[in-house]
Amino acid sequence: MNYLNETIDSLNKKLASGEITADQLAKDTVANIKDTDKKLNAWITVDEDAKPAENLDFAKNKLAGIPIAIKDNIVTNGMKTTAASHILDNFMPMYDATVISKLKKAQFTLVGKTNMDEFAMGSSTEHSYFGATHNPWNLDKVPGGSSGGSAAAVAGGQVVAALGSDTGGSIRQPAAFNGIFGIKPTYGRVSRWGLIAFGSSLDQIGVMSKRVKDSAEVLNVIAGSDDHDSTMSTREVPDFTKFLGQDVKGLRVAVPKEYMDAVDGKMRELIQKQIDLLKDAGAIINEVSLPHTKYVVPTYYIIASSEASSNLQRYDGIRYGYRAKDTKNLLDVYVKSRSEGFGTEVKRRIMLGSFALSAGSYDKFFRQAAKVRTLICQDFDKIFAENDVILGPTTTEPAFGIGEEVSDPIKMYNNDILTISANLAGIPAASVPAGLVDGMPFGLQIMAKRFDEGNVFKTADFIERSNKFYEKTPTGMED
Amino acid sequence: MKITEDTVKHVATLSRLEFSDSEIGEFTEQMGNIINMASQLQAVDTEGVEETVQVVDRDTVFREDKPEHWQDREELMENVPEKANGFIKVPVIIEKDDNE
Repeated sequence: MNYLNETIDSLNKKLASGEITADQLAKDTVANIKDTDKKLNAWITVDEDAKPAENLDFAKNKLAGIPIAIKDNIVTNGMKTTAASHILDNFMPMYDATVISKLKKAQFTLVGKTNMDEFAMGSSTEHSYFGATHNPWNLDKVPGGSSGGSAAAVAGGQVVAALGSDTGGSIRQPAAFNGIFGIKPTYGRVSRWGLIAFGSSLDQIGVMSKRVKDSAEVLNVIAGSDDHDSTMSTREVPDFTKFLGQDVKGLRVAVPKEYMDAVDGKMRELIQKQIDLLKDAGAIINEVSLPHTKYVVPTYYIIASSEASSNLQRYDGIRYGYRAKDTKNLLDVYVKSRSEGFGTEVKRRIMLGSFALSAGSYDKFFRQAAKVRTLICQDFDKIFAENDVILGPTTTEPAFGIGEEVSDPIKMYNNDILTISANLAGIPAASVPAGLVDGMPFGLQIMAKRFDEGNVFKTADFIERSNKFYEKTPTGMED
Repeated sequence: MKITEDTVKHVATLSRLEFSDSEIGEFTEQMGNIINMASQLQAVDTEGVEETVQVVDRDTVFREDKPEHWQDREELMENVPEKANGFIKVPVIIEKDDNE
């Protein structure tokens, strides 16, 4: 089964009418993944015996019998969950993440887990214990990261939609690199219970799909309060599909000059073209400024790494995960298991975080970053007082080559400059395809105020209807 | 702020990580560059600015403290790397010499 020309609606129709059975769909999906993944390496685990739920109700559950890919940092009861790390390469969860329970209640089919940067730390999916994932548009390029496996699986037609997680752009940047839609909802919109923690004040589970509507359908299922996550909002979740197909007349669109100045040439032209589409349809375009943009990368890397160094203390080789051999005492178990179990990028972040939190550095680095975070949030508050959405490029360049940036952490970190602010401020943000730049997809980022995913969907759907990027087929999958 | 090999070794101890000499050299350089980048933050005037450590719009959430039985001991033990007689096995914690 190849999903390039399918949507959740089209599949739901086929399943309801009996044109295809859910059993067959599961089998065909697995067969296609096994075949195409020789090129992509988008999956860590594929369940060859994947079975749909019983007593499928196609009228009640849009997702009934439909396979959806799950990033491998979201725990699945009885299915190995590794976070792409050696330290968890044999870890078998005993419970489902809340998003998985909700998807199961909606009768989706679990077929497997997708590749990612180890513990979601990276923006290329090269930092995986299970090898790099390849971009379906050009197999020599990275798919972005850290949700690169989920993005490549969707763009390559292996599934119709996927779950990812986004701590600093890990859904939006790979969505942009693969020519698909990806949304990081508001912090507090989707439960993090069962998401392997990286930066707890920044992490958010979200959805990736070729078509905007399919992400709205999946978000409808996974959003909503959860007693297991006390950072969850209790406010009502709207039906996100009702924001689609709307008129954008009067929509107030802010375009930060710092974001536009981050790209030039064809990329800038392409983004400007999308903004012009909105303008021609009656949206009001306002040039604005996000003056603290130049500080978001250091602010983010201090905060995210500090939280990571704390969250990753739990991997000690005692109760679960990898334990080093030939250890003499307990301290030896901790040190050797962690040193052998974590990859280089993860160790780099733990070290940076431990440093930023250590005596003598805490005030200068962590506390100062937390204060600058406040200023970054205030920049957004000011803009959203007079605007509905903020638009700009999702990334500063299209997908780069595999191996090109992996040895230069600072270059890699600076790639995230346009996406990380949304995590620091907890606002919803998405990437929708804008077009191609030298044959590779390039994304338009849409941000809105907290809990206003509605305007994100409304704008993305308008862009999708206008540029019809979904008619294009990835160029790297042909033999 | 200068990051030295001693700083890196100290932070490695705090992080319960160990590195080879060549790795220490590499990390010292890379951390120096990253910390150098982070030092840009000192240029921001944050006088009187509150810290943001979370972006949740709820106060501390309380719940009833009621026990929930949802896992079997056996199931829980399945992920344990080394075990014996239903217990988690670890190397000696207290060396004999400590008591002498």
